[in-house]
Amino acid sequence: MSTIDIRKVLQEELNNIAPEVDIAGIDPTADLREVIDIDSMDFLNFISAVHDRLHIDIPEVDYPKLVTLDRAIAYIGAKLASSKMPNVAKAT
Amino acid sequence: MPSLGSDMEAGTLVEWLVKPGDRVKRGDVVAVIETQKGAIEIETFQSGEIEQILVKPHSKVPVGTTLALIRTDGEAKPAAAVAAPPSVPVGPPAALPAAVAVAPPRRAPPAAPSVAPGARISPAARRLAEEHGIDLAIVTGSGPAGAITYADVERVLAVAAPEKKRAAWLDLEAMRTAIAAAMARSKREVPHYYLEHQVDVTACEQWLAQKNATLPPANRLLIGALAVKAAALAARRFPAFNGFYRDNKFEPAAAVHAGVAIAIRGGGLAAPAIHDADRLSVDELMSSMRDLVQRTRAGRIRSSEISDPTITVSSLGERGVEALYGIIYPPQVAIVGFGKVVVRPWVVDNAIGPRPVVTITLSGDHRVSDGHAGALFLAEIGKLLQKPDKL
Repeated sequence: MSTIDIRKVLQEELNNIAPEVDIAGIDPTADLREVIDIDSMDFLNFISAVHDRLHIDIPEVDYPKLVTLDRAIAYIGAKLASSKMPNVAKAT
Repeated sequence: MPSLGSDMEAGTLVEWLVKPGDRVKRGDVVAVIETQKGAIEIETFQSGEIEQILVKPHSKVPVGTTLALIRTDGEAKPAAAVAAPPSVPVGPPAALPAAVAVAPPRRAPPAAPSVAPGARISPAARRLAEEHGIDLAIVTGSGPAGAITYADVERVLAVAAPEKKRAAWLDLEAMRTAIAAAMARSKREVPHYYLEHQVDVTACEQWLAQKNATLPPANRLLIGALAVKAAALAARRFPAFNGFYRDNKFEPAAAVHAGVAIAIRGGGLAAPAIHDADRLSVDELMSSMRDLVQRTRAGRIRSSEISDPTITVSSLGERGVEALYGIIYPPQVAIVGFGKVVVRPWVVDNAIGPRPVVTITLSGDHRVSDGHAGALFLAEIGKLLQKPDKL
């Protein structure tokens, strides 16, 4: 899956949580919780949705790596790239 | 038309989910009513057979109006002469004890209900589908016996048009009016006192981290679930904070139905109940909270959830500030607030170290309790949070 596809998936899922926000227009380096005003329940729903759609494990300790759109895309991209070798530690 | 709040005088019946002859049991959702709090699904408290529908969809009627007649299981079919005189809705089987508030006018035309040929599709759902060109064959019914309801069509519409995801009847302006009325009444009538208590939640955070590490995201817990559980257990032990103040006297509640304050995007607030919150496991409580938050934000709360919270819990979550001082939602007599968890210097075993700390507040009703009892109640919540595995 290309970077563009991941971005699209994340934008769609964020849009489900915040339908009135123009997700494509937000700063991809800003804290998602701040820019689209989501609470911890929303964020958990976002993680659940991404988990279900892309079939990747996102442990709770990794949540800080997904707080901006750009960082989330990078994190998920790396997860997907290594998903065929689930026991190999993720490259930094 | 039951009252879902003392400020409510009338409600608009949006849709019937049952028809005469249908069998219903206690707790079934039988109708949808529009209120300032959004659409409310009305549940019946009476099991039996729907005898007659007395209020047509899109009618606005005063609180207290009989909406329908239900023949309870023990009752014999009345003689023809007595059978449900249309103009006298008294005497016969129980009315639906469910109710609601004033509502803005519906934009849907008040067309005469069309007859559903065979398939169980509510007239309002059929109209909505026709208005938007939705093929009913693709709609999955969630009503009694798989009947297609207004909400089912709405769900399909939401998928088809994501920009219209917020339910059309979640009227934030009307909701603000309802909040204003309830809060103004509270400030007028309820002599509040306020207490606060800072609690080290290291035990909660460690327990949650350990538990969540083994769970898929759909089953993970938030500290908010522990907060509600601890407040509910404390409310069971301190009955002066759990119940209703009505007609100049306090009525303690037998069960703990925790109203959970839920913010709605765009500036709304509702606090529907999680029933028997003190008896649910933390996992059950968490899944109830997720379900309730989702339905509240979509404008789908059930009548019993909106009408019967016995105490309210308001939690700011991980953002925001350290403390909130709630206003009691009448006729309740207490509201517990949880601020966001912050790391603060804390003394443990005579040494100072960083600890996650939450400020818990209580707004109590001086007609029912005083600061001494309130302090014990609040301290109990703090103690319960030290043993999250026992919650």
